[in-house]
Amino acid sequence: MGNGTGIGRVRGLGSARHGAHHWLAQRYTAVGNLLLVLWLIFSLLTMPGLDYESVVGWIANPLVAVPMMLMIVSIFWHLRLGMQVMLEDYVHDKGLAFLSMLLLNFYAIGGAAAGIFAIAKIAFMGAVE
Amino acid sequence: MARTSSRPLSPHLTIWKWGPHMLISILHRITGNGLALVGAMGLVWWLMAAAMGPEAYATFVACATHPLGYVVMIGLTWSFFQHLFSGLRHFVLDMGAGYELNTNRMWSIAATVAAVLVTGFVWLFIFAENF
Repeated sequence: MGNGTGIGRVRGLGSARHGAHHWLAQRYTAVGNLLLVLWLIFSLLTMPGLDYESVVGWIANPLVAVPMMLMIVSIFWHLRLGMQVMLEDYVHDKGLAFLSMLLLNFYAIGGAAAGIFAIAKIAFMGAVE
Repeated sequence: MARTSSRPLSPHLTIWKWGPHMLISILHRITGNGLALVGAMGLVWWLMAAAMGPEAYATFVACATHPLGYVVMIGLTWSFFQHLFSGLRHFVLDMGAGYELNTNRMWSIAATVAAVLVTGFVWLFIFAENF
């Protein structure tokens, strides 16, 4: 394995043909996670209660719902990139590698959609009686 | 990856003396993938339960406050801080700094110890507030 052709390097694509995009996106989302998950942990620790009414009332606040949605995007994007690297290292069979990437994409996009939908429902509909 | 059995493999885990840099490296992968599966699913479960209503939320709380639930949550807290401190170390390494043997060793140990300490503080705070 080489480091790609000269012109490939000039275009910033390298041997994987994706350039540094994957690597950079992993760092951007890492900073997103750093800020947003720390915010979630501090918020949970300082909230008066974690019962149903308190939690739903808290998430319904736009200043909570929006960062929470951003956190879901950042987390699932980051785990999508990180698990890809792990699978590329350990899954050598071409067919299994394809299948594992398929399942990873379903998991990352499906999980993010579920999380964002849940936050949106709480924000728009409030508590369920 | 195709491998010809007659060709030698590069010396790997069996030949190197274990050190903090190896520990923090594999912990980064283990905690990252643990968070990606257990942590992310737990987070979405919590949000979904809150969105579905009081009964679903009560089921989530019953599981989370079960002794095993605490074990999982403490494990996730440690995984998060281990991955966070190890990730900060990676940002420094990305800049091309911290590769000298002693510096690398010191920050590998520091990040691993810091993760345990912060996890301890967080849960001491939780237990002191609630019990």
